[in-house]
Amino acid sequence: MGKKIIELKNIYKKYGDFTAIDGINLYINEGEFLTLLGPSGCGKTTTLRIIGGFEQPDGGDILFDGVRINDVPAHKRMLNTVFQKYALFTHLTVGQNIAFGPTIKKINPEQIQKDVKKYLNIVNLEGYEDRDISTLSGGQQQRVAIARALINKPKVLLLDEPLGALDLKLRKDMQDELKTMHKDVGITFVYVTHDQEEALTLSDTIVVMNNGRIQQIGTPVDIYNEPKNAFVAYFIGESNIINSIMIKDKLVRIDGVDFACVDTGFGQDSTVDVVVRPEDVILVRPDKAKLKGKVTLVTFKGVHYEIWVEGPSFEWKVHSTIPQMVGDELGITVDPYNIHVMHHEAIEIKPVETVVNA
Amino acid sequence: MSKRRFSLPYLIWMSIFIVVPLLLVVFYAFTDNSSGKTVFTLDHIKAIFEPLYLKVIGRSLYMSLIATIVCFILGYPAAMILASKDFAKKSTMLILIVLPMWMNFLLRTYSWLSLLENEGLINRFLALIGFGQVQLMYNNFAVVLGMVYNFLPFMILPIYSVLVKIDKSVIEAAKDLGANNIKVFGRVIFPLSMPGVISGITMTFMPALSTFVISRLLSGGKITLIGNIIEQQFTITGDWGLGSALSLLLMVLIFVSMIFINKYGDESVGAGGLL
Repeated sequence: MGKKIIELKNIYKKYGDFTAIDGINLYINEGEFLTLLGPSGCGKTTTLRIIGGFEQPDGGDILFDGVRINDVPAHKRMLNTVFQKYALFTHLTVGQNIAFGPTIKKINPEQIQKDVKKYLNIVNLEGYEDRDISTLSGGQQQRVAIARALINKPKVLLLDEPLGALDLKLRKDMQDELKTMHKDVGITFVYVTHDQEEALTLSDTIVVMNNGRIQQIGTPVDIYNEPKNAFVAYFIGESNIINSIMIKDKLVRIDGVDFACVDTGFGQDSTVDVVVRPEDVILVRPDKAKLKGKVTLVTFKGVHYEIWVEGPSFEWKVHSTIPQMVGDELGITVDPYNIHVMHHEAIEIKPVETVVNA
Repeated sequence: MSKRRFSLPYLIWMSIFIVVPLLLVVFYAFTDNSSGKTVFTLDHIKAIFEPLYLKVIGRSLYMSLIATIVCFILGYPAAMILASKDFAKKSTMLILIVLPMWMNFLLRTYSWLSLLENEGLINRFLALIGFGQVQLMYNNFAVVLGMVYNFLPFMILPIYSVLVKIDKSVIEAAKDLGANNIKVFGRVIFPLSMPGVISGITMTFMPALSTFVISRLLSGGKITLIGNIIEQQFTITGDWGLGSALSLLLMVLIFVSMIFINKYGDESVGAGGLL
């Protein structure tokens, strides 16, 4: 992947007493699909709006292609935005909406007509030029919004929870389409979402944010498999986060029982957080494991069963394709490389909104 | 259907207070009972095409048009200021705009007399700072002023209510697509506010065209508008036939103007306004 197209250097933003962004450093490579992921109020949308030019940072620099653009107004920036609620012009037709940017730039009308057709094709809306916006479904409106942005051939496309208002099935389809579009047009995408699954599906790079700070930057695989702290583990996927004691290198006491692990360098007898993904917990016969627990709840989830097992001091969440009986005694084992040890920290987790945030 | 049952009171109301009076107007306009019995006639309709009346109609159209344009020029920026998010004194200003409407219409118009008279407040002030007396009343200016003053809120409020409803993200989208503030206004805000503009024009133009109080008070009876003539037919001359015919003409004029305004509006907006 190419050079850095956008750089954020030490960005701060406050609204009254509320610190929305608390010192963000980030660079975005040309051509990549980068997602800002976090719960609502984590500062992801504010970050996007600062890049778009709709908010001014209280501190720090924004570089575009190496040039500082803090003072460049939104309408002069070489990027375009797809807004959460589409923000289409209801007084114009589909074609006129898409042609809005080129018309402002006084490109010749014949070229505009050609481009409109081309981008309607890209978003699978051939022949919709003369339709009224109000006659389109939510998914179609979102496609128009994407075409309206792409036709300007921006270097960077900003997308603010563009699929938030769509239903699940349509959202999945649009995710695939977005990914294909990203490959086809070769533009840098900066995507904001609170949906971790969406982030994992779409992104080359994920930036996990909480409380105005970046928690971790990495590829989806890194973020999922090697969460840097308990917040990331909590927010991405499902996990058991267990307050434990690091006895010595490669040995950790979880839920009162010593487990072999692969982590070193945490000192001796120190308090740590251990993260174990539910699908990494192995349930065995009680005599086959040191840690024993009792099944308290079994829920069928389609692909797997979600099983809650009460250990000595922790209730384990387990994903397994094999059902268990409530009340059964079981042994719990975890392979050493599936135990993720991290420094203990108090995590502030605001309730995660599953609905669209405003 | 329960929906129909709920609409019944309105239907009754509308037939008694709108349809029946309208039919009466039509009835009087086309009948004559001077001979003791009621006969059909076109005399009243012919009478309204006399040069005298046509001149008055022309003057009425002209003055209400000027008043509407002035209202629009004053009202649109006012509505924009009101609708802007950072305007702190919004509620105070809204109350100030609506406040005059709490007062009696006649009283409000009378109050202008004491301002505009030859011995009124303004002229006394002008005399004080050494200017001579200026003729402020008994002319077109005073009548248009009265119309603008009385009907300005009806221009501001509908435009304001449309402007505040425009989603801020639409404006951001326009900027995002390269539009500067002037283009954002010309290509997005103004077209989106057209329904409000159409309502505003309708609600100022119609009462301005048919007013008789403003012209009588502020011109001292010197300037006659169509409203004054109609009023005279009913209160002084007693010629209900001619009065009704003129009323019909006024309605036709308003109807035609509304079609015109709405057609223009439709072309630029694609969304409907009044009517």
